[in-house]
Amino acid sequence: MFLSRQKKETAIKSTFFLVATLSILVLSLIMLFLFVEGVPIFGKVSPITFLFGKSWYPTADPPDFQIFPLIMASIAVTALSAAISIPLGVMTALYLAEIASKRIRSIAKPIVELLAALPSVVIGFFGMVVVAPFLQDVFEIPTGLNLFNAGLMLAFMSVPTICSISEDAIYSVPIELKEASLALGATHWETIFRVITPASLSGISTAVILGMSRAIGETMVVLMVAGGAAMSPKSIFSPVRPMPASIAAEMAEAPFRSNHYYALFATGMVLFFFTLCFNILADHIAQKHKQVGAATL
Amino acid sequence: MDPRENKDRTSEAPSTEKGMDIKNARLNAGENASAQAVERPTWQEDVGRSALNPLRRRKLVEKGVFGLFRIAVLINTLALVVIVVFLVLNGWSAISWTFLTQAPYDSMTKGGIFPPIMGTLLLSFGAMLIAFPWGVASAIYLHEYARPGIMMRVIRLGINNLAGVPSVVFGLFGLAFFVIWLHLGVSLLSGALTLGALVLPVIIGTSEEALRAVPQTYREASLALGATKWQTIYKVVIPAALPSMLTGSILGISRVAGETAAIMFTAAVFYTPRLPSSVLDSVMALPYHIYVLATAGTEIEKTRPLQYGSALVLIVLVLGMNLIAIILRARLQRRR
Repeated sequence: MFLSRQKKETAIKSTFFLVATLSILVLSLIMLFLFVEGVPIFGKVSPITFLFGKSWYPTADPPDFQIFPLIMASIAVTALSAAISIPLGVMTALYLAEIASKRIRSIAKPIVELLAALPSVVIGFFGMVVVAPFLQDVFEIPTGLNLFNAGLMLAFMSVPTICSISEDAIYSVPIELKEASLALGATHWETIFRVITPASLSGISTAVILGMSRAIGETMVVLMVAGGAAMSPKSIFSPVRPMPASIAAEMAEAPFRSNHYYALFATGMVLFFFTLCFNILADHIAQKHKQVGAATL
Repeated sequence: MDPRENKDRTSEAPSTEKGMDIKNARLNAGENASAQAVERPTWQEDVGRSALNPLRRRKLVEKGVFGLFRIAVLINTLALVVIVVFLVLNGWSAISWTFLTQAPYDSMTKGGIFPPIMGTLLLSFGAMLIAFPWGVASAIYLHEYARPGIMMRVIRLGINNLAGVPSVVFGLFGLAFFVIWLHLGVSLLSGALTLGALVLPVIIGTSEEALRAVPQTYREASLALGATKWQTIYKVVIPAALPSMLTGSILGISRVAGETAAIMFTAAVFYTPRLPSSVLDSVMALPYHIYVLATAGTEIEKTRPLQYGSALVLIVLVLGMNLIAIILRARLQRRR
């Protein structure tokens, strides 16, 4: 009786273990299938040409599969959105964690959460019908669907990510540090700038990296508002075609298992590689500089 | 505050407050130069100025910076409010009973959005049917069974990376694996499976949080009464954590409902007026419907009201679910 009960316990534990490892299986399957469907393109185009060549004309005859402009567009859009979302997100986090009264917090926090919940297609739609005509009028440019618009819209998608993770990090700074700084005569702001921010820097860095990872992989916004021209961006008002937009826009037209189809999967591989690097870096920082208590600082 | 104390602070400033000090020095230099031109200040005045002004200045800096923080929060609020209000104002007139219950017709320039709404509900429901048990079980393993070590670290890394996979890559994976390799075709099932995998990390995260909130004493009491670990989890921990888990899963549904890129190649089609009769049928979905109407139609301008209406329905659905989850969570926290 006792033995069977123990056996049952072990069996249950193993079942849970197996279910938990399923998520690793899914991740492996994603990598495997991207690889299997993407690699055949390298029989046609060498990896170097594919990555660093400058012309993406997948439907021309003969077609060109060179994704450098797409990579540049993705990096440019992400950098621009980071330039907006990092200050905005970190400042919001500091405000929520350090300055806001309980009542203001109980209103401001749900606002950030609702911002995170806005579907990307709605933000893209808003960028198309409101922001694009506005930019076109104000800056007198040929099209409002461009790098700047996409960066701006993406910024509001990564602000909630940056904000909520930074806020957790700021909260976990031991109160003793803050008290010590205030007792030494520092103002609240000096304490935030010189004590709290440095102490939570690893958490804030993780937040920023994850926010950028979200921005580079975001699809609908760049598909709808980035403009779609497969050329390396010349100014911040150039229309561009980041990697996710290219995949989403062309997959429906690419004939099954054609070179175009393989090239899009290979683009997915590159995109996946980018986000994987971001995530591993974030994980590494979070693990290495784990905030445990006052003693570790 | 005692002025002497301030003087002390400024005198030791060079080591602790470099940036601030340089600024002060520059300001002081400017002041001194102008003062020199008129009349050399006595040493008492000089001390008075350099001792008192820095504090006032530091307070001013603080005020300025906190003002910036407030502006940052205001910008976020404004972004949310502007988007919601804009869609409500423009979409309101399109909403009617027929809009919500009719299928589109005349190559989608007229009619309603009933099939996309149903498609989105079915997809979300299907995805949760897969992701909820899976996510909860993973969370139970991670929080109740696993001991810190290499295995746990690997599983966590896997989940974190899964959370970071772009939705369009999930779409590619769904296309290659479910649609083609498993021969499920572009269907409700393929879409639900893809979305289930996509939302899994969210469910694991919220479930783990729910488990963390169950007091340790509950477990100890149950184990002390002679219950096994599984009995404790099944009869004590899960019932205590279930409300929070369900609240978390509402957030999961809302994430799935707004997802577009992952279903573009796996489940959604431009137009199918009939509702799916089996899980292997393709469906229309609200987010994809908005995208198609806004970008691919032949009469984009003419269908604007339909687009606004569809977008309004989608955000009401998504933000409504989120608001419910936020309110439920606040209630659960108060009860604790």
